[in-house]
Amino acid sequence: MNRKAAPEKRKPSTRGGSLMRLRGLVRKEFLQIMRDPSSIAIAFLMPVSLLLLFGYGVSLDAEHVPVAIVVESPSRDTASFTGAFERSKYFDPEHYGAMRAAKQALRDHRVDGIVRLRSDFAQKLQSGATAPIQVILNGVDANTARLVAGYVEGVWTGWLSDRARQQGRTLEMPVEVDQRIWFNSEVRSRNFLVPGLIAVIMTLIGALLTAMVMAREWERGTMEALMVTPVTIREVILGKLIPYFVMGMGGLALSVVMALYLFEVPLRGSLWVLTAASALFLLVALGMGLLISITARTQFVAGQTAIIVTFLPAFLLSGFLFDIQSMPVVVQGITHAIAARYYVAILQTVFLAGDVFPVIWPNALALLVMAAFFLGVSRLKARKRLD
Amino acid sequence: MAEIPSETESDSTDAKETALILEKVSKSFTQGKRRIEALREVSLKAQKGRVTGLIGPDGAGKTTLMRLSACLLKADAGRIQVLDLNANRNPLKVQSTIGYMPQRFGLYEDLSVQENLDLYADLQGVPQDQRADRNAELMKMTQLGKFTDRLAGRLSGGMKQKLGLACTLIRSPELLILDEPTVGVDPVSRRELWTIVSRLVEEEGMSVLLSTAYLDEAEECDEVVLLHGGRVLGHGPPGDFRKEQKGRTYWVTTTDGARKRDIQEKLSRGEKVVDAVIQGGGVRLVMADSEKPDLEALLDEVGDSERKSVSPRFEDSYIAILKEEEPRPDKAPIQEPKAGQDDGGEGREEAEPVIQVDHIKRKFGDFYAVKDVAFDVGSGEVFGLLGANGAGKTTTFRMLCGLLPVSEGSLKVAGLDLRKAAAKARARIGYMSQKFSLYGNLSVMENLRFFSSAYGLHGKRRRNRIEWALEQFDLADRAEAESGEMPLGYKQRLALACALMHEPEILFLDEPTSGVDPMARREFWRHINGLARAGVTVLVTTHFMEEAEYCDRLAIMVAGEILALGAPREIKDRAAEKAERKIEDIEEAFIALIESQAEEEGDE
Amino acid sequence: MFRPILALMQKEFLALMKDKKSRFTIVIPPIVQLLVFGYAATYDLTYVPLAVYDEDRSAASRELIARFTGSPNFQEAARITRQDQIAPLIDRKEVLVLVHIHPRFTRNLLTGKTGKIQVIVDGRNSNTAMIALGYVRAIVTRFNLEWVETHGGPTPPARLETRAWYNPNLESRWFIVPGIVGLLTLVVTMLVTALSVAREREQGTFDQLLVTPMRPVEILLGKALPGFIIGAGEATVIILLTVFWFQVPLRGDLLLLYIGLFLFLMSAIGVGLMISSLSVTQQQGLLGAFMFLVPAIILSGFTTPIANMPTVVQKITLLNPLRYFMVVIRGVFLEDAPLHLYLRQFWPMAVIGIVCLALAGWLFRHRIN
Repeated sequence: MNRKAAPEKRKPSTRGGSLMRLRGLVRKEFLQIMRDPSSIAIAFLMPVSLLLLFGYGVSLDAEHVPVAIVVESPSRDTASFTGAFERSKYFDPEHYGAMRAAKQALRDHRVDGIVRLRSDFAQKLQSGATAPIQVILNGVDANTARLVAGYVEGVWTGWLSDRARQQGRTLEMPVEVDQRIWFNSEVRSRNFLVPGLIAVIMTLIGALLTAMVMAREWERGTMEALMVTPVTIREVILGKLIPYFVMGMGGLALSVVMALYLFEVPLRGSLWVLTAASALFLLVALGMGLLISITARTQFVAGQTAIIVTFLPAFLLSGFLFDIQSMPVVVQGITHAIAARYYVAILQTVFLAGDVFPVIWPNALALLVMAAFFLGVSRLKARKRLD
Repeated sequence: MAEIPSETESDSTDAKETALILEKVSKSFTQGKRRIEALREVSLKAQKGRVTGLIGPDGAGKTTLMRLSACLLKADAGRIQVLDLNANRNPLKVQSTIGYMPQRFGLYEDLSVQENLDLYADLQGVPQDQRADRNAELMKMTQLGKFTDRLAGRLSGGMKQKLGLACTLIRSPELLILDEPTVGVDPVSRRELWTIVSRLVEEEGMSVLLSTAYLDEAEECDEVVLLHGGRVLGHGPPGDFRKEQKGRTYWVTTTDGARKRDIQEKLSRGEKVVDAVIQGGGVRLVMADSEKPDLEALLDEVGDSERKSVSPRFEDSYIAILKEEEPRPDKAPIQEPKAGQDDGGEGREEAEPVIQVDHIKRKFGDFYAVKDVAFDVGSGEVFGLLGANGAGKTTTFRMLCGLLPVSEGSLKVAGLDLRKAAAKARARIGYMSQKFSLYGNLSVMENLRFFSSAYGLHGKRRRNRIEWALEQFDLADRAEAESGEMPLGYKQRLALACALMHEPEILFLDEPTSGVDPMARREFWRHINGLARAGVTVLVTTHFMEEAEYCDRLAIMVAGEILALGAPREIKDRAAEKAERKIEDIEEAFIALIESQAEEEGDE
Repeated sequence: MFRPILALMQKEFLALMKDKKSRFTIVIPPIVQLLVFGYAATYDLTYVPLAVYDEDRSAASRELIARFTGSPNFQEAARITRQDQIAPLIDRKEVLVLVHIHPRFTRNLLTGKTGKIQVIVDGRNSNTAMIALGYVRAIVTRFNLEWVETHGGPTPPARLETRAWYNPNLESRWFIVPGIVGLLTLVVTMLVTALSVAREREQGTFDQLLVTPMRPVEILLGKALPGFIIGAGEATVIILLTVFWFQVPLRGDLLLLYIGLFLFLMSAIGVGLMISSLSVTQQQGLLGAFMFLVPAIILSGFTTPIANMPTVVQKITLLNPLRYFMVVIRGVFLEDAPLHLYLRQFWPMAVIGIVCLALAGWLFRHRIN
């Protein structure tokens, strides 16, 4: 193609013309966005409301777990043990007289666990034999159950060392673990969930913003008129990309501000890394939407595709909730096709750890490749033709 | 692919006087499993500085030809040269050179008039310093100056069309391609468009290629290309086409007061009759030859009548050529075997009107789509609502069918307000909406099956009605075709068949002929005539003014109001009175009425 | 009355299934997604990359380390020798857990003092960090028990005997996979229903439908039943896969599961049709579907317990039909829960379904563009 060669007397497709056309397209898109509040709602209202809902709603930190406490023969020792439960912020203990009632409560979901001190508890304790404490948990939600088991253990060791101190001894274990949790020492799940949610939400928004725009122009017949002008397909794609990119960055900025000031997630890395990575990710999300839009051509199919390929994969396969390395190899391979995966890695690092470039670079590179892929394929698939 | 000869030297001579050359161009599409040949080895030349009209029935390949010329499609074989450019090699350059307005005008409806113009000025690279002048010029030409801030979606059909045209003219192109620019546009706007086009050709030497479904517009073209089934059937000045029919065309009026619909029906079944169509107060008759005896014999059957020879028009030749090309078996018109209705229709005519519309209004936001509309329709009457797109016809219809509540006023269909009446009452009406609302991805058969069941038909009756529909509307050979991919004419017939499955007493037809070619329109009206004879009350909207003559009575709607109401003759008389001149057809009457109203408003 | 409904159902099926692309999106992705998500969505960690920093290098430290590297949960990714190697390893996500054994570990152990080990965990995903720490603690506790047994020493006066009902090995897959059944069923019904009315409105066929003698109830049934059939069919396939492929035990009464499924489908279809009847364009329908789907899934207790949410958000989840179905499906699969527990879930779904369906039916005629 030697489009730019041979200066024409008619109308030059000079660079100036290209800029002018692009400006026209971008302005048109902005005007349409302004006239149609739904795009504005997608870009700004959706991140705010979803982040609010999820930021507060999604939490893995169990507190006030209802547990049934069954003390079969009360004594001072049992009282000191149950007292430790009552003081813990993790538990809302409820006393049951008999095991049967407690088990029924567990079946009915009124409690999540049972702690049972058998009738010989005090006696065994005094005699120096090891007194067993029976703990039954509802294991359906394995993750919560494990967490609760950890809390019970915490209460138990706390009680043991208190008791030892009262008796003037120290509790000595052969090996003791001194644990340090880096980057999130108070173990707030919000600190990692909120950055992850930003990635999920932006996947949705990016795809929703663009998934329909091309299909809509085809259906309304405006694309046909647009095509018979000097505009090139690159200009058409850029003309779609730029406005929605600006909108998306706006929504993203809003989300970051909320993360920092509302959810108090620390930002340990630099803002520019965050911005650059977000821009890159947004390009991928928009590119994916564009590609859906170009290949589908009808809004119905575009809509269906967008529902299927965006939300659930980003939610479940991005590693924001479930550890990718623990997935089977095949599934791990699939996660490489999920852009959110790279973005989640960058976000969690930039927010909580800092500018760790050995983590940021490879992920950013992956995003770059994906952006190039989606936009490149869009460019190839979009033709200035109807057939 | 055949070797395409170098375009540089050999074509330069041609290029001087031709705007568009097609040489053995073929194009086919796959639709599902079928392969459709849209164009077969089409060759044609369009002269520079002329208006070339593309005429032909649906599916003839007009739009394909235009899209090929605009490089929106790629030809399977053959060569297309636009001005001095090879379309295959330089699509972008071609697209930068020509102006193209697709069907539906391709406007951004959520942008204002000015914003649409600015967009296309940017896209066409019109330098900033020239814009103001060009803008002013276009505004003057299209008279859109007052509406620059209005959203394109809020414009009337005529204004949209002019805006669409203005957008393609923002950088004066050498070749202007217009795909059905006048569909859905009122007669006044149609005339204005033609004024603009002829000015462009005369003053700027622009070449124009346009397609149209209005055959009277073909007469205005310098040259006409008649397409059918992807082939060129004729090419030449419209006068050449007319010549063949010389001495075979007549205008027949009755003197004994018989309905002209009935005469037309009788005439059209006559041997050697090429075409019989209602025109003005009579029937236009085109014979296969100029032998008088045949004609005399035919007219004797009709009863007392007068005839006079008239000069042929393009439409006569068009029908003659197409009939030859595609002879359709003549079918007996629909006879609705409706118990108690066969002659009851006449008896009830004096009784209560079937449809009563009492000063209804409909508001959307603060905009009145319909303001103060009132009319009655008697049993067995064909009543027409005329007006351009956006005049409020469809809104009125939707209210009548109970799809939309009235804001004010009241209406009754068969004595009931369908919005409030029991569901069963709806079995008495049939409704055919604009755009022939069918389930596009279902086959013809599946659509018929669905609608017959939806109307509560079952068992033997359902089978019979489906059979009847397939046979009556010539759909049998397309029974398994996907309805969304059929030509418009087929869709229209299928939609009508679906609306008639349950043999309704009252039939609502919303723009049933919009975008449909003259042949299909004729056939359609034949069906309607048959229904009316069987006592079915028909309410129809149309923006084809000539179709008004088929109606017993009609109302002309403009901007949500009824401008005139009465039998076609009465309306013409009233218009003649206002315009103080003789008026013979409804289109003229419409224009005169609008002008006189505009004057009245001006006086106030 | 039934014939028109049947005809409408048939038409809906044809409209959905005739188009290859549409048929594909409804049938294939849910099953593929079940397989992928079923494997992906687990909180259990395998092969956690571990770094070892052993300053003691004794038999005891080696034995402890062997317990880590021999565990299926950990995989040794690095062995370091200097303090300053720690930070880069964790920063770069090369290891998640670092075990640091101090030089005097063995001496302390043998002299009856506590041998300290330091464990550093990458807390960027604090949930993963906590789980990994749980594994570490389990290994250390076991080591301690055995050490006391072989070398003697004080035993703690009380010990915990923890048991988990319903899911003794605490496999989170057992929790997640049945949840996916609900999730995918919801997605499929939304795909089928959320655009169905909107599409007909956009194409004008809905008017055509409204002028037939069909009553809104009949149209509603005709529109809802295909969703029902497709939803129930796909749910059945997914349930079968859950049982036979993922080997999740099915302990409860299948009848209860299907009553729950029926009510859940009713409520989901109700919401879908309501969204669809509210929208004039397909774009609005799609947007509506998203705005319902995303919160419905996240706030259903699918991955994060509802009990952890703030009270306000917990109140909002009462409107979410998926929340109730999650309890039913997990109840049937894992718990064989008592009947009244199901009843508490059944009636809210029924109410949501009836209200939404009624509203959708009313909107058919009263939604004015």
